[in-house]
Amino acid sequence: MIEYRSIAELVDLAEKDGCRISEIVLADQAEFMEKSVWELQDMMGERLAVMEDSIDKSNRSDLRSTSGLTGGDSYKMLQYYEGNEGLLGGFVDKAVARAIGVAEYNASMGKIVAAPTAGSCGIMPGCLVSMLRDRGYKRENVLMSMFTAAAIGMVINNRASLAGATGGCQAECGSAAAMTAAALTELMGGSPAQCADAAAIALKNQLGLVCDPVAGLVEIPCIKRNAQGVVTAFCAADIAMAGIRSYIPVDEVIAAMKSVGNALPETLKETAGGGLATTTTGLRLKAQVFGTKDNK
Amino acid sequence: MSTTVFDIIGPIMIGPSSSHTAGAVRLGRVAWKMLEDEVAEAHIQFAGSFATTGKGHGTDRAVIAGCLGMHSWYDDVPRSMEIAKEKGIKFTFENIDLPDAHPNTAIIRLVGKSGKESTVEGASIGGGNIFVKSVNGMDVEYTGKNNTILIRHIDKPGAIAAVTNFMFYAEMNIASFRMSRKKRGGEALMMIETDNDVPDSVLNSLKILPNVINVILMKKL
Repeated sequence: MIEYRSIAELVDLAEKDGCRISEIVLADQAEFMEKSVWELQDMMGERLAVMEDSIDKSNRSDLRSTSGLTGGDSYKMLQYYEGNEGLLGGFVDKAVARAIGVAEYNASMGKIVAAPTAGSCGIMPGCLVSMLRDRGYKRENVLMSMFTAAAIGMVINNRASLAGATGGCQAECGSAAAMTAAALTELMGGSPAQCADAAAIALKNQLGLVCDPVAGLVEIPCIKRNAQGVVTAFCAADIAMAGIRSYIPVDEVIAAMKSVGNALPETLKETAGGGLATTTTGLRLKAQVFGTKDNK
Repeated sequence: MSTTVFDIIGPIMIGPSSSHTAGAVRLGRVAWKMLEDEVAEAHIQFAGSFATTGKGHGTDRAVIAGCLGMHSWYDDVPRSMEIAKEKGIKFTFENIDLPDAHPNTAIIRLVGKSGKESTVEGASIGGGNIFVKSVNGMDVEYTGKNNTILIRHIDKPGAIAAVTNFMFYAEMNIASFRMSRKKRGGEALMMIETDNDVPDSVLNSLKILPNVINVILMKKL
């Protein structure tokens, strides 16, 4: 059984068998969970379905979060790209709109899939559902790529962290982008090594990213960080597919992410004690939602 | 049980926060399970971050949803307070100070239609995981990692032996065992984590053992 303590190991196993990382992982997890591969694929399929549903339910202009602070930006983004190619082009802008939507839906108590966390729940759906719906990739291949994504996440979880409170946003949105970049690369026919490089390149770009949520809620700037995570994932996957290697191997990038996370002060790790959370506007928004100490 | 791919891409949950929403539903659900009666009243106290940010995370709705028996992925979670009102259930919330407790702690006291009460104190420790500190004043330290059998019994010699012997005959492997009691010879609680699935036949047999008051299965979360 695989211990998921290194991505290099996953790449080696996949290359040895001449198959995708996802196939190695699926077989391993089926054995570990004592279920059939079809049962596992069904379970992953259920998650993909919830991701699609969260996208379809979040494109309304009147979507509003529980706190009232956010909502309706996915709708705006979708309206924008309808008439414009923008700078990123319709495909990426639509994926960004979808990621924003899922994150807004999360903030309005919608049903989402934590991938790997609720705070970063928009990145994977934004990218993968766009590949499914707008680039014609087959559902079974998109599904399989999620096993590769999850394996990357397992290694990060074992060697570093997936929690903002421990590693800042680099651990949540950074990990989501890295996981998704690997999935995208596999989906496009990249080799196991290229998937690992894509993950490294994505994660490298998120090092030092802090968790500084305004009012302590998973909204500002979390929703827009999901938007950025989509772009990071697509960019990293394209770079890897071009045959460009990451100079630093992915397992070392993960170790770096861990040490950077440890170096971050508590004020920047999901305590709303610094960064954007303590800006003038950030504090005003906090008072707007929760009242001030005097008039609670 | 160790992490699987479905813990990384997953859980499926009602947002926005696995600790402040999904974990809160789970805590409420534990209280509901312990009550073993239809809920008439729910009195909830929040401490720490639950108290300060609960409003924005829907923690209040999440706990009520759990008290109604919902799971953290049910679509009705955001509407739980309206549903509770429709059922005529009274509920109150209070923010309190608990200096030594985990930052996401709730004390949930439920009153059943028959007058029965159950009080659960627990914390949402991150990622949707929970840690139940006590049930009805008795320390349990329940985490939901394994199938857990909770046995209310009278603290008499042989009560525990009867249960563990039966588990042996039923070929159930005990992963951990914990017992706690309010006072010697009084009501006590066994908390047994098992690696196995627990069929109803096992629960029914445990219920008729000497000195056992009641048996509840808390399935692995």
